[in-house]
Amino acid sequence: MKLITAIVKPSKVDDIKRALQADGVHGMTVSETRGFGRQKGHTEIYRGAEYTVDFIPKVRIEVLADDAECDHIVDLIVSTANSGSIGDGKLWVTPVETVVRIRTGERGSDAL
Amino acid sequence: MINSGDTAWVLASAALVLFMTPGLAIFYGGMVRAKSALNMMMMSFAAIGITTIIWVLYGYSLTFGTSQGGLIGDLGHLGLSGTLDQVVGAEGHQIPTLAFAMFQLTFAVITVALLSGAIADRAKYGSWVLFVAVWITLVYIPVAHWAFASQSGNGGWIIDKLGALDFAGGTVVEINSGAAALALALVLGKRDGFKRDPMRPHNMPLVLLGAGMLWFGWFGFNAGSALSAGSLAATAMINTQIASAAASMTWVLYEKRRDGKATTLGVASGAIAGAVVITPACGYINPLGALILGLIAGFVSNYAVSRKYKFGYDDSLDVVGVHGVSGIIGMIGIGLFATATVNATGKEGLFISGSAALLTKQLIAIAAVAAFSFCATWLIATLISRTIGFRVLRDDELTGLDTTYHAESAYDITGNSNRY
Repeated sequence: MKLITAIVKPSKVDDIKRALQADGVHGMTVSETRGFGRQKGHTEIYRGAEYTVDFIPKVRIEVLADDAECDHIVDLIVSTANSGSIGDGKLWVTPVETVVRIRTGERGSDAL
Repeated sequence: MINSGDTAWVLASAALVLFMTPGLAIFYGGMVRAKSALNMMMMSFAAIGITTIIWVLYGYSLTFGTSQGGLIGDLGHLGLSGTLDQVVGAEGHQIPTLAFAMFQLTFAVITVALLSGAIADRAKYGSWVLFVAVWITLVYIPVAHWAFASQSGNGGWIIDKLGALDFAGGTVVEINSGAAALALALVLGKRDGFKRDPMRPHNMPLVLLGAGMLWFGWFGFNAGSALSAGSLAATAMINTQIASAAASMTWVLYEKRRDGKATTLGVASGAIAGAVVITPACGYINPLGALILGLIAGFVSNYAVSRKYKFGYDDSLDVVGVHGVSGIIGMIGIGLFATATVNATGKEGLFISGSAALLTKQLIAIAAVAAFSFCATWLIATLISRTIGFRVLRDDELTGLDTTYHAESAYDITGNSNRY
């Protein structure tokens, strides 16, 4: 099993959710977060003063997937989140030892 | 004999003006960062509590008691003695003295509350409470006496000797609070992160709600200052509306051109700047004069606010740029646009009569109040700072004053905020 973690632009979250739902994905977790990558911060003018904004708002999406489905889901997220411009975000895949469904106690793929 | 119509309007106006201070608490509370929002609001509520106690004990008496050489009232009305069943006002327009005392109390309350915006997020609460008591006594009361206590030529020196015009508090409330705010900001120093971090308002809907409450209450502030329910009050009211509306639009116009976006903070700030500019002038100029002053105030106060970063003083919520600067424009505006067709007891401005006599008086009043308020406030704040301390610990400032000073937080949505 894998954990797919994607950091994406907030404006892309709804599109990704719809694409994953249409594809029959079991579940996902989203959280609002902030950070910077190569995009770095940017300057903003507010009330006549200029500021550097280092941490840019992003959304973190986490999806647990079977090994067999992982590549497909990654492709789906990447193609939906891609706008071609700087700041589209990153995605990484980490191995997951086990998953437990708390209600039933099922383990492994059955818990997905 | 008491005029019931006039009395009803002044009673209602007193309630309207008192409503402005909770409005200011919400306006300011939304403008600071979430971690110190309650502290900001508490400062306004302290102003209501402390000022009211002082006003009853000796504040009213020293402000409106028999003038001692035009500088201060006497102690003849300690504890509001000798005011029950008394009346003030010209024959035919008399109102109970207590209605007048209540109306004037609400002005003192909001003036000192305004100052809290200059020292947001970093003042010790107890020191602020002490400051309110001392500042009302040593700064507000004398200035209000100078400009408001008319006693047939023998009252406060600005209104009775100099003859400068100030309908609803351009000097007493606006220039006074602006100059004092500058002194306070200088004594307390900058917030940690000033100029580096944007420190944007944490809740703009609150700011707009507060601005709306201020706008609403300002009709009592300005039109109530007619102390009668007639055409002068009507002129003051429509002038207030015109100037506030005009300034809100010019503020965002300038902002859009300079910064690229029209902000809600801009439209709220502009409306307040417009209400400020018309405060001294609303009972002396005609509606077109109000329109001109409002249009100017939106531009100039906006420019003034942005200058604080250049000069490097952290007047956090722009008391100097909005109240000080637009207050001065309003006082000067009287010297230019005042017309006897609006107020027969008023004098005429430069553009109406061709004489600069009134303008000169206005400039003297501006300079005297600004200089006295700045120096006295600087002394009071420095004394408090050197003795019990005025500024919070850096750690408390970074954590936020709501939890460190008030054991509460503005947004305890999970019920766990204080535990994290």
